[in-house]
Amino acid sequence: MPVDIGRRGALAGGLALGAAGLLARPTPAQAATMLLNVSYDPTRELYAEIDRAFMADWARAHGGEVVMVRTSNGGSGAQARSVLDGAPADVVTLGLGYDIDMLAAHGLLAHDWQLRLPHQSTPFSSTIVFLVRHGNPKKIHDWGDLIRSDVSVVTPNPKTSGGARWNFLAAWGWAARQPGASAQSAQDYMKALFARVPVLDTGARGATNSFVQRGMGDVLVAWEDEALLAVRDIGNGAFDLVRPSISVLAEPPVAVVDRNVQAHGTQAQAEGFVRFLYTPAAQEIGAKHYFRPSDQAVAARHADVLPPIDTFDISSFGGWSAAQAKFFADGGVFDQIYTPH
Amino acid sequence: MSRVDAAAGKGSLNTKDGVSRAVVAVLAWVLALGLLVAPVVLVFAEALRHGGAAALASFSDPDAWSAIRLTLVMTVLAVAINTAFGILAAWLVTKYRFSGRGVLLAMIELPLSISPVVAGLAWVLLFGLQGWFGPTLARWHVDIVFAPPGILLATLFVTFPYVTRTLTPLLEAQGAQAEEAASVLGAGMWSTLWRVTLPGAASALASGVLLTTARALGEFGAVSVVSGHIPGLTETMPLHIETLYNGYQSVAAFSMAALLALFAILIVALRGLAGGRRPIEDGLA
Repeated sequence: MPVDIGRRGALAGGLALGAAGLLARPTPAQAATMLLNVSYDPTRELYAEIDRAFMADWARAHGGEVVMVRTSNGGSGAQARSVLDGAPADVVTLGLGYDIDMLAAHGLLAHDWQLRLPHQSTPFSSTIVFLVRHGNPKKIHDWGDLIRSDVSVVTPNPKTSGGARWNFLAAWGWAARQPGASAQSAQDYMKALFARVPVLDTGARGATNSFVQRGMGDVLVAWEDEALLAVRDIGNGAFDLVRPSISVLAEPPVAVVDRNVQAHGTQAQAEGFVRFLYTPAAQEIGAKHYFRPSDQAVAARHADVLPPIDTFDISSFGGWSAAQAKFFADGGVFDQIYTPH
Repeated sequence: MSRVDAAAGKGSLNTKDGVSRAVVAVLAWVLALGLLVAPVVLVFAEALRHGGAAALASFSDPDAWSAIRLTLVMTVLAVAINTAFGILAAWLVTKYRFSGRGVLLAMIELPLSISPVVAGLAWVLLFGLQGWFGPTLARWHVDIVFAPPGILLATLFVTFPYVTRTLTPLLEAQGAQAEEAASVLGAGMWSTLWRVTLPGAASALASGVLLTTARALGEFGAVSVVSGHIPGLTETMPLHIETLYNGYQSVAAFSMAALLALFAILIVALRGLAGGRRPIEDGLA
């Protein structure tokens, strides 16, 4: 009797899904408030430490209340997409403002989210630099060197990676500031640059792994924090950092996801978390992981590792919406200059 | 002549044939060792690079335990559901003739040809917040994708065909005489299935169950899409391995990979015990 089988099947399936759902509930031992921070790729080490510091700080200030912070990492665009599709993020700490704008456009948080916290909701900034093999054998010193025919460049895919979009804008900004530059000359430079890129990884950490662990390419265009991590902590002297003459002020912002914290009842904790990022303690942790602190006193203490450099910011491109539409939207500049090879 | 000689002698009509057979055998061994054994050995070598203690210490992380537990629970559920379904489906399509039988058979095989990533995306399109049922489920506070139920659905999808595919050829070959006899003697449908059909197919069934288990344990693509990669909550072992590797935790990543490889080796061994190399199962999976 197929009908009977169908009903039993549906029942069994329903029970199994229910059992699977129960697993999502925390066991009593962890029955604390959980915060999910959906973050971009190179913040793994940063938030592993900040999460612990925040938990201790929150418990101290709130009579021992336990808040458990979990962080999910991945390419910024892909992570934003997950949150849009329902990943239960209380807080997003993404690679660029555009990805959070997209969440706001779908009603997950208020449109003015970037005004709710200091420094455009950017507790730590970074910039884009070059990671080269030790001794800089290809003599790569500035953006102009990346298009030489003997240079192979590693950078992730701007369609999926926030870091890659900053890389793109940094290169474009340099090209557009050269003597006699025009939009056409900048576009020609970008075309020549991407002709030197053998493969596009989906996220910044994937690109770093291609360069560092798989030995691909002569230069990695990377977040400064990612490059310093490779040079100072994991590279064993195999890599050097090169700061170009000018780069982009990369601002990876943070925000509380209003709709999710309302559903989870975690608004106070989530807001506590993003505010905690601006405290001297968290700013120190940021600097330790090579993110540029927004707190000037902390920044001054780390100026030896994170020296001031010449930058332009996203407003010089007319803001993220304009930059996204011009460069990265379907049929935009990136699509025009990039042909997979 | 011993049995081995007889078997070897069957096809070797001349020495030339014997030589080419030896070449093929050597080639097969080189390929197996180079492509299959070497990577597994390397995984264990990398895991033990800083000694056994360091490898074991990596399992003290609660997120590692959570990944192991989630993987095992998902595997048990997926295997139970797909075994029950697989038996019924194989039984239906071999012992009964009904309209749409061919379509059903083709549909059962679909997961073998669809990319797991597409399967995962399909679940997101159905149950994601921007998907068909997502907004309604969100109102009821039911989590499917980015939660264990979504991982179960993704695992079910990719492991769907194995039991049916291992059972169908065998049941087909058995024919329906035994069942007809049982029916004549007064056995009902269920007791015929339990007492007549299944006992004759036990080793094929075991093989299908083990294939299902292996695939469920190791699935990455489909699960990756629906998981949300939340360490300690929705990361299965394969996903946690990627997270560890990307976090420069090489020993921990390879230790977890070694554990997964041990599970796989165990399954291969069990499959060997369960009756192993029946010609009828060749070409499966």
